[in-house]
Amino acid sequence: MIDYMFKHYDDLIKSALEHLQIVLVTLALSLVIAAALTVICSYSKLAARILPGILSMVYSVPSLAMFALLIPLTGLGQTTAIIVLVIYNQYLLLQNFLAGLNGVEKSIVEAAAGMGMTPMQTLIKIKLPLSRKSFIAGIRIAMVATISIATIAASINAGGLGTILFDGLRTMNPAKILWGSLLSALLAILIDRILRLAEKFFER
Amino acid sequence: MVHAIEFQNVTKAFQGSLHNAVDQINFTAEEGEFITILGSSGCGKTTLLKMINRLYEPDAGTIIVFGENISTLDPVKLRRRIGYVIQQIGLFPHMTVGDNIAMIPNLLKWEKEKTEARINQLLTMAGLAPEEFKNRYPAQLSGGQQQRVGLARALAADPKIMLLDEPFGAIDSITRTRLQDELLTLHRGMNKTFLFVTHDIEEAFKLGTRVMIMNEGHILQFDTPEEIILHPADGFVKSLVDSARAKEQFWEKFRYPREYR
Repeated sequence: MIDYMFKHYDDLIKSALEHLQIVLVTLALSLVIAAALTVICSYSKLAARILPGILSMVYSVPSLAMFALLIPLTGLGQTTAIIVLVIYNQYLLLQNFLAGLNGVEKSIVEAAAGMGMTPMQTLIKIKLPLSRKSFIAGIRIAMVATISIATIAASINAGGLGTILFDGLRTMNPAKILWGSLLSALLAILIDRILRLAEKFFER
Repeated sequence: MVHAIEFQNVTKAFQGSLHNAVDQINFTAEEGEFITILGSSGCGKTTLLKMINRLYEPDAGTIIVFGENISTLDPVKLRRRIGYVIQQIGLFPHMTVGDNIAMIPNLLKWEKEKTEARINQLLTMAGLAPEEFKNRYPAQLSGGQQQRVGLARALAADPKIMLLDEPFGAIDSITRTRLQDELLTLHRGMNKTFLFVTHDIEEAFKLGTRVMIMNEGHILQFDTPEEIILHPADGFVKSLVDSARAKEQFWEKFRYPREYR
């Protein structure tokens, strides 16, 4: 197993970086869309009621099935993988974002409205800063989920650490299976730790 | 003469409620008056107050503020001209006392020096030394101090009308008495119209130049404290006054040592 690492460290590093790239691109896109959805939900009560339900339904579709559904439209490869990951993230992010915003004490929001702040000003100057902890928590959960689901995306040629894992499964190579899963687990733990620190920082 | 506030046949009902929270209410308030609105919980006093800054919209009737029908005004602009203080205070916990007070001046894009001077002036007026309190966070203040800041924040943009919804309701009685006295002094110096909601009869009669007594969405009597005590409009008002008297007698008996009673 150690031999494999010395012989193929370039492959491992390349896959890990590819994996990280998928995760980061997914995160960036997910955040933009989730932010937009959050704003929509804070303006429209109807959207706030319906959207989380729809997203949770979508979230319950297994990833392989979701890939299969999208392949006719966007083909094999990274694009399809990232689209699916972004869709999954919306549930995790929106859920946490809305919980954070709704968790802001009602009297504070009422004072803000009563003194003449617009809904947008209340959102940006009051609600957002007061719920940043749940925002970071949402991002953390979404990123860890993305790292694990992105492994499966190798099955549709999206690259990443899943490639090594699936290669190992196909050729019955334990070293490859282990390194594939170990590295993606390490990546998940690493990112989880970093974002937990960020959460602590924002707790003050 | 233009009234500060005028209600014309204002009615408001909440969904799922059998009777109107506020039912066909008419009254006028003049500039510089200190009006206390007295009633038990659920009598419609808070609903009435929140319709003035359009946190609630009436179902029927017209509310006129300094000659303008408020339903034709932009609610955000209207609210910036009206101070609003609530029992839970609602200070922004992530901002310093100074930044809390500066919120509306900043949104109105005042110059920095002007805002700064206003913060100092208001804190001094509220009995808090600016250099000591300006950079503190709300959590570092006592309840009474927090409500002083709440008051200062509401006064920041120099509104002509102040709406106060049981502002001292959650404050201990010693601090409360002091705050009441200071609020009276404050009001005397500024020719603003105060509307002060309370369920405490002594507070209502102590502070108000006129007292509005409400029950079940109606105004039972709206007059000076003396007039209400001398000529209660109906049985409800009379029982209210009597209950205050009974309380007074309760304290009276502690005036002399036990052996002389």
